Amino acid sequence: MASVVEDIGKRTIENLDYVGSLNIQLWSTLRAMKSALPLVGNRYRWQATARQILEIGYDALPMISLMALCAGFILAMQGATELRRFGARGFVIDLVVVAFTRELGPLLTATAVSGRSGSAFAAEIGTMKVTEELDSLRVMALEPIEIVLAPKYLAALISIPCLSIVCNLFGIIAGGFFMFLSSRLSPLLYFRDVLDSIALRDVITGLIKSIAFATIIVHVSCLEGFRVRGGPDSVGRSTTSAVVKSTFLVILADAVFPVIFYLTGAQ
Amino acid sequence: MMPIISVRNLVVEYDGRRILNKLNLEVEAGETMVLLGGSGSGKSTLLRQILGLERPHSGNVIVKGVDITSCSLSELKKIRLSIGVAFQSAALFNSLTVEENVALPLREHTALAPSIVDLMVWMKLAVVGLADFGKLQPQALSGGMKKRGAVARALSLDPEILVLDEPSAGLDPIVAAELDELILLLKQTFHMTVIVVTHEMASAFRIADRIAMLHQGSFRLIGTKEEIKASQDPHVRQFLDRVPEDLANQTIVSTFFQKYLEKKEVFQ
Repeated sequence: MASVVEDIGKRTIENLDYVGSLNIQLWSTLRAMKSALPLVGNRYRWQATARQILEIGYDALPMISLMALCAGFILAMQGATELRRFGARGFVIDLVVVAFTRELGPLLTATAVSGRSGSAFAAEIGTMKVTEELDSLRVMALEPIEIVLAPKYLAALISIPCLSIVCNLFGIIAGGFFMFLSSRLSPLLYFRDVLDSIALRDVITGLIKSIAFATIIVHVSCLEGFRVRGGPDSVGRSTTSAVVKSTFLVILADAVFPVIFYLTGAQ
Repeated sequence: MMPIISVRNLVVEYDGRRILNKLNLEVEAGETMVLLGGSGSGKSTLLRQILGLERPHSGNVIVKGVDITSCSLSELKKIRLSIGVAFQSAALFNSLTVEENVALPLREHTALAPSIVDLMVWMKLAVVGLADFGKLQPQALSGGMKKRGAVARALSLDPEILVLDEPSAGLDPIVAAELDELILLLKQTFHMTVIVVTHEMASAFRIADRIAMLHQGSFRLIGTKEEIKASQDPHVRQFLDRVPEDLANQTIVSTFFQKYLEKKEVFQ
């Protein structure tokens, strides 16, 4: 019994330590973000941010687009099968639009970025830790948070909402493709219905979620990298841990957001 | 004259295990101090303390009159600007070219025009003999070249103190001797204080003004090369004469080896 209590206490302290470290890292990054901004910031840091935007955003476009096309097509198909029973097949368009702008767009994007870029962040920072590159930044009187993390965070804050919009767009296009195949609904009519169904507040709440997801992915992944101890094997473990933890926290946050939006009247 | 680096009663513990035990050391400005000791003796741990990368359990490390164990981060950064460090693994940034690695501290801490930065980078690379290799990525360099690249980066801000962690580790004797020569040359030319961590005795006796001999987290002896050579301290002698630390272990190893030779066919 004592060992169970001891174990619970130990885990609690570990989790509190983790949350505390995440908070400290987040505030330190926010303070260091100015240097990563264009014009007012450090030229080299902004160049690093631009590179990261390409890596997180541009390079992920094919993957996100394909995922959105598949998810949109499947959603429309499954929705049509069920809604047809009630003679409400026309609502498939609303279903696809609302599902993507509110939920699927930000969530699919975050899941893809977490697996793709989150793992890369953890591996990169973990390797830098193991090879003493982070120490070498510190002894040069440079802050790893400012040099390594701030450009990544700024890039993610720009890229992930953009990817989310692309995801919405491709999901909706896939829905239109299904409607054309199944009921010969013309693309023009479909997009007119889409414009009727789309709500600006859904798009905005989706973007707010994307920003929160970007924060979770970048900070969890980078913290996992910074916490690497030992050799290359721990880099591998931190990479896995980064993807698992950030994906889990993204889904958890996605479950909390509707409650917040409901209470604040945003949805 | 006040020493440039002063270590006072330094105690470092990891998970309750004492790594450094009440160390006292003073390094004078302009001298080359070699921290000599076997694997696990605490050399690199002491170096990390001198660089302010870790906080000690107790004791102080005073660099240029500032206690870096209790100073603010901004004070620590100021001190760090006057220290150039080349780590054991060289720790050059793989995403940057050698030139960019050397230019990094200059770009971050000075407002020099890019053309001046380029010129200074070339000079630093020329000093270490890498002027023709600046455009390469660090992974394209040999072990010795990487270490020289790390020295060039450490020199980029013209530091007062140069710290080298195991500069000759993993290098062949010729390249290691070249690095020793480079350290001597740097000291003569730039009159800097040099701290070198090593377990290579030949290298230590070649470059040192004084040697601090570490054994199991304590200094056995701090003195000139002659004092170290003349020392009758058993641990110092053991190290100098390359005698295994524990003779009992030597017997165990030879017993295992004998058993292997006897039953070699079992393993085949």
